Amino acid sequence: MSDASDDYDDDYGPGSDDGFGYESYEGSDYGDDGNDGFDDVKPESMKLKPYEVAYEVLSVGDIQRQQDKLIEQVASILGLSNQNAMSLLLFFKWNNDRLLEQYTEDPEGVLKKAGISIDDNEEFLYELKPVPGFFCDICCEDRKGLLTFALECGHRYCADCYRQYTTQKIVDEGESRNLTCAADCPVVMNDKSIQKIVEPAVYERYKTLLHRTFVLDNEHLIWCPAPNCEYAVKCDDVSAKDLTSVVPTVTCKCNHKFCFGCGLPDHQPSICALVSKWIKKCEDDSETANWISAHTKECPKCRATIEKNGGCNHMTCRKCKYEFCWICIGNWSEHGTSWYNCSRYDEKSGVDARDSQAKSRASLERYLHYYNRYANHEQSAKLDKDIFVRTEKKMTQLQSTSGMSWIEVQYLAQASAALQECRQTLKWTYAFAFYLERNNDTHIFEDNQQDLELAVENLSSLFGKPIQELAEIKVQVMDRTAYCNRRRENLLSDTAKGLAEGRWKYQVQIK
Amino acid sequence: MIGGFTKRLGRELNDLKSNPAVGISVFQADDFRIWLIDIKVMDDNPIYVGKKFRLQFRFAPTYPIEAPEVQFVASYGIEIPMHPHIYSNGHICLDVLGSGWSPVQTVASVSMSIQSMLAGNDRNERPPDDARYVAHAPISPKNTRFVYHDDSV
Ligand SMILES: [Zn+2]
Ligand SMILES: [Zn+2]
Ligand SMILES: [Zn+2]
Ligand SMILES: [Zn+2]
Ligand SMILES: [Zn+2]
Ligand SMILES: [Zn+2]
Repeated sequence: MSDASDDYDDDYGPGSDDGFGYESYEGSDYGDDGNDGFDDVKPESMKLKPYEVAYEVLSVGDIQRQQDKLIEQVASILGLSNQNAMSLLLFFKWNNDRLLEQYTEDPEGVLKKAGISIDDNEEFLYELKPVPGFFCDICCEDRKGLLTFALECGHRYCADCYRQYTTQKIVDEGESRNLTCAADCPVVMNDKSIQKIVEPAVYERYKTLLHRTFVLDNEHLIWCPAPNCEYAVKCDDVSAKDLTSVVPTVTCKCNHKFCFGCGLPDHQPSICALVSKWIKKCEDDSETANWISAHTKECPKCRATIEKNGGCNHMTCRKCKYEFCWICIGNWSEHGTSWYNCSRYDEKSGVDARDSQAKSRASLERYLHYYNRYANHEQSAKLDKDIFVRTEKKMTQLQSTSGMSWIEVQYLAQASAALQECRQTLKWTYAFAFYLERNNDTHIFEDNQQDLELAVENLSSLFGKPIQELAEIKVQVMDRTAYCNRRRENLLSDTAKGLAEGRWKYQVQIK
Repeated sequence: MIGGFTKRLGRELNDLKSNPAVGISVFQADDFRIWLIDIKVMDDNPIYVGKKFRLQFRFAPTYPIEAPEVQFVASYGIEIPMHPHIYSNGHICLDVLGSGWSPVQTVASVSMSIQSMLAGNDRNERPPDDARYVAHAPISPKNTRFVYHDDSV
């Protein structure tokens, strides 16, 4: 095995944009080990981009298997029965590191605290059986032949009472991990004892609750927050302390794309801490900011009311044909090709503001500048989507007459998806930029942001065209879609690298 | 467990009457829904000396699987005891009445817990959040999610 190939990799690592997969250049390894030599070869497209994290989507069955695996692991390390290993894990909230650490220090103490009696090494059976001369302390029943139930601790009650007690804990109190003996006693009810005593439906409920705690207690697992979605996502490489240097974004099998760190919808490139600050700020300032996001504006020339009906910022007044920019209400032609300058808030001219009003006013204006653009993309994304839905309908109608097939209109679906995704990203770039300190790195970020803005507006402007024209400009739409996606990747890659390197400096304290 | 838990409550009432703990007596127990239990603090704690207090127990049909609803009630000549865990509306912050409940607890054992909680107290005061709590408290103390006060007070 020569090191040469490794050096080669370093030069053309994941950072290279060429997409040709230099990692497969492993000539010296070829055939060395009787293997086909291609085991580790992954095409560039399979490798993670700088802004991506490795994760796994788990079904309920997968979670059960993970749970079982952990129980077996602990059982074999500590030489305990699966039952006792599970009880210990429940006591330690599924944290096996903490469990193993404390157990090796003081095994008896840990077992006692968790309410586990180790004496009976053979499996405890949890039999429902009559006991001669039995009297139930809960219901005061002492009938002959009364079925009774007890855990390892021997606190025995009639089976009906125990069933009702356990059911009440599970169904009414939602308890699963910390369900203990019916007496004042710390012995934990494990999976097996619960299955013995309750109705099958209640046992199912218990399993569900247990899965829930398994996911909630584990910092590397999160439930997909989409309504009615039952998948969980596992992300082993990300812990809470990493959330200032990565934005771990995952896509569930249900297609919902969200942040592993905070559960909110995709908010790349902004880190969780800034996202929550921003959302809080927007809530606090919503009254002042609301007017900005209003759907209607006046034409700056003829004062006709104009409603924004597409995602594009290039507005044309229907009445007087005046063309202007939705964001700054400036004349579109004067924007020239640098119209997108209006995405950059001019800090300098802000500071030199002629009317040297109170600082608070300047800071509100600064905030509104970013909020306006943030809200604009949120709204535009919705409008773009509406256009697509309408177009899709028309396309379906037209299919028979125009001879266009379903496959042929898919480029519109792809364009629509790209617009949605890019606007989602752009939206959060403004929240991110709001908190960034001004320096050279910030300018690079804003250049990337403007490139993406331009790409998105260019695609969005095609999107609003009449349907007949759309079919004619298919190639153009596809080109601009690809360009948008590339710009987005560039922006996200650079921001993610900056996060990993600690390159970004913020105007606020993040923790 | 036939016909609810009336057998259990019948037996408890019997025990309370025939074999009462010192300072604990049944004032009223006409049915299996609400009982009134009077308690006295037996040592000479100056805060409670010579006074009698009245606890109200409400039982749901699921008692004793579920905890009873317990609170102090005022009546002519009977006040709500002063205690840093007892609110002026009679609600008591004690874990046995909530998360610490187990079906083997009884009216007698709860009464004794509260009795000893009074006996061990040397602070003639209400909880610090009394005014706020009483203004917003639910009618049933069981609907309050108490964060139990430190027992060492
Ligand atoms: Zn029973
Ligand atoms: Zn027990
Ligand atoms: Zn999902
Ligand atoms: Zn997040
Ligand atoms: Zn006009
Ligand atoms: Zn503009």
